[in-house]
Amino acid sequence: MSEAQIKSLEEEFEARIARNEKIEPKDWMPEKYRKTHIRQMSQHAHSEIVGMLPEGNWITRAPSLRRKVALLAKVQDEAGHGLYLYSATETLGVSRDELFEQLHTGKAKYSSIFNYPTVTWADMGAIGWLVDGAAIINQVPLCGASYGPYARAMVRVCKEESFHQRQGYELILTLAKGTPEQKEMAQDALNRFWWPALMMFGPRDDDSPNTEQSMKWKLKRKTNDELRQQFIDQTVPQAELIGLTIPDPDLKWNEDKGGYDSGKINWDEFWQVVKGHGPCNKKRMNTRVAAWENGQWVRDAAIAHREKQEQRKMNKTA
Amino acid sequence: MKKEWPLWEVFVRSKNGLEHRHFGSLHAADADMALVNARDVYTRRSEGVSIWVVESKHIKASNPEHNGELFEPAQDKVYRHPTFYDLPDEIKHM
Amino acid sequence: MNNNLYNYILGIADNSLILGQRLGELCGHGPSLETDIACTNISLDLFGQVRSYFQYAAQIANDGRSEDTIAMLRTERQYVNVLLVEQPNVDFAYTITRQFLFDVYHYKFLVQLQKSNDATLAAIAKKSIKEVSYHLRFSSDWIKRLGDGTEDSHNRIQNAVNDLWAYTDELFHQTPADKTMIAEGIGVDTLKFKDNYFKEATEVLIEATLVVPDLEYFQKGGKEGVHTEHLGYLLAEMQYMQRTYPNMKW
Repeated sequence: MSEAQIKSLEEEFEARIARNEKIEPKDWMPEKYRKTHIRQMSQHAHSEIVGMLPEGNWITRAPSLRRKVALLAKVQDEAGHGLYLYSATETLGVSRDELFEQLHTGKAKYSSIFNYPTVTWADMGAIGWLVDGAAIINQVPLCGASYGPYARAMVRVCKEESFHQRQGYELILTLAKGTPEQKEMAQDALNRFWWPALMMFGPRDDDSPNTEQSMKWKLKRKTNDELRQQFIDQTVPQAELIGLTIPDPDLKWNEDKGGYDSGKINWDEFWQVVKGHGPCNKKRMNTRVAAWENGQWVRDAAIAHREKQEQRKMNKTA
Repeated sequence: MKKEWPLWEVFVRSKNGLEHRHFGSLHAADADMALVNARDVYTRRSEGVSIWVVESKHIKASNPEHNGELFEPAQDKVYRHPTFYDLPDEIKHM
Repeated sequence: MNNNLYNYILGIADNSLILGQRLGELCGHGPSLETDIACTNISLDLFGQVRSYFQYAAQIANDGRSEDTIAMLRTERQYVNVLLVEQPNVDFAYTITRQFLFDVYHYKFLVQLQKSNDATLAAIAKKSIKEVSYHLRFSSDWIKRLGDGTEDSHNRIQNAVNDLWAYTDELFHQTPADKTMIAEGIGVDTLKFKDNYFKEATEVLIEATLVVPDLEYFQKGGKEGVHTEHLGYLLAEMQYMQRTYPNMKW
């Protein structure tokens, strides 16, 4: 294809997206579109899978049977969400095994929030309330992404996600209303997860060079800072309602902008965790790799069994 | 060996009276496994009463590059649609 | 309070509780995402059953006990699950074999429990049997895949069968509470399907190209609360919150 032909294809492609048409797997697409989507969608899938670990950490220790089944079902949903998203990514011509390989070798990233440890039961509440709350704000706009399989996967994810945040908030609310010990546990979890949750929206707009392109392709509908502001404005009253304090002395209602002003995020910490030096980066990856490697013989056995069955069938008909 | 479990497409009937609809895909070593996996992955919230699975490689898909010859010729065959025919206003329903 | 009925319910429910807990440990660590989701589903089914049983037991006790205090605030010797279900997740072969050897029993048990004179137990059985029928299908399929898969998988599953077979006989031991409940038409006379259990389990193992161990001695004790060393650690984790923060709402 000549350069001029490609250019005209690209223009037609961008025009289709601007007209709100969806792009489907077999449609022609610019290589950059394909690569960006593989990167973002798989990163999203990886986050779901790695995200199972900090919460899975408390399944065996959940304090009641009701909480145990809710947590199990939630972590299971995350496996499901990872699966939907990997499947959607696979439509772009990359296999799940390749994507796992990228995760396991550190080539692909996942959400840094899961590199923080879950040290008390209240962290299950903080994750559901804050982390899933932030995730929903990030994800709902993606139901309108331009790439059809991604948008469809996100519709399914968002539908299931709504129970996650509710169970988290209910959990932390129960603690906040409980004994002084429980309330302290809830406040401590909020203290530890508040800032990392704010970091989930990514770097400041000034430091986020891909925003414009992502907006065009509907991988993003609002900027990082806009989404972060939305999260703060939504969450502060929820904390007040249950008597917990947001750990930000600079937090103040700003009548003029109709939103909260907030303190400075520690971006050094953000980049440190992104670069692999968070408290749990190594542990999370080791756990994922171990699960994958320990499962190799199982996956091999299932394939071998199928091949044997097919061979037998062929021998019978021959 | 390191062979990946093949990809399967999952179709679910939400309730009797409705058609099977494409729900998504998953990996499984064989058809039986694909069916139980589909049940666990796609019907955890009572989304279905019947499941079909088919290995993705068996699906032959049309090529969007041929959309012109495949689908555009139908566009000017307006006589296939009821609105093509003029009826007296007195006829309310037909 | 009807002590025999109470203890009888614990005898049923503890199996599901401990097995559910073991499967819960695996969530996030399965050999594939699909398998992970499936094992978690089984765990959720079992915990659902546990809750029905313990809520009923709490009602019978009627002294402030709850499903959670029954599940989490007993001592090691007061748990009456069979030894089979507390065996650890050594690898996927052990997990599947433990599941399979229990599922064959569990299914047959629930078929009979549906006919119990006790309407609540009969109703729980009726609901659970659909779940367990699926568990059995899942574990049998995997026994066959692993047995008749690669040489490695065959050896691993054969090892697991060799180790876990010793815990099968205990499934059919009857405690005094069991015997009383059987006499009253509430409990299930497990001896009536013991032969069938071994016949069916053997059939699947043979189809999976596995050898059924020829054992002279079997392990027992769980039903009397004398457990393997594995159970203490499982309980330590499961009870941690209730023990550390007593009398709180969660």
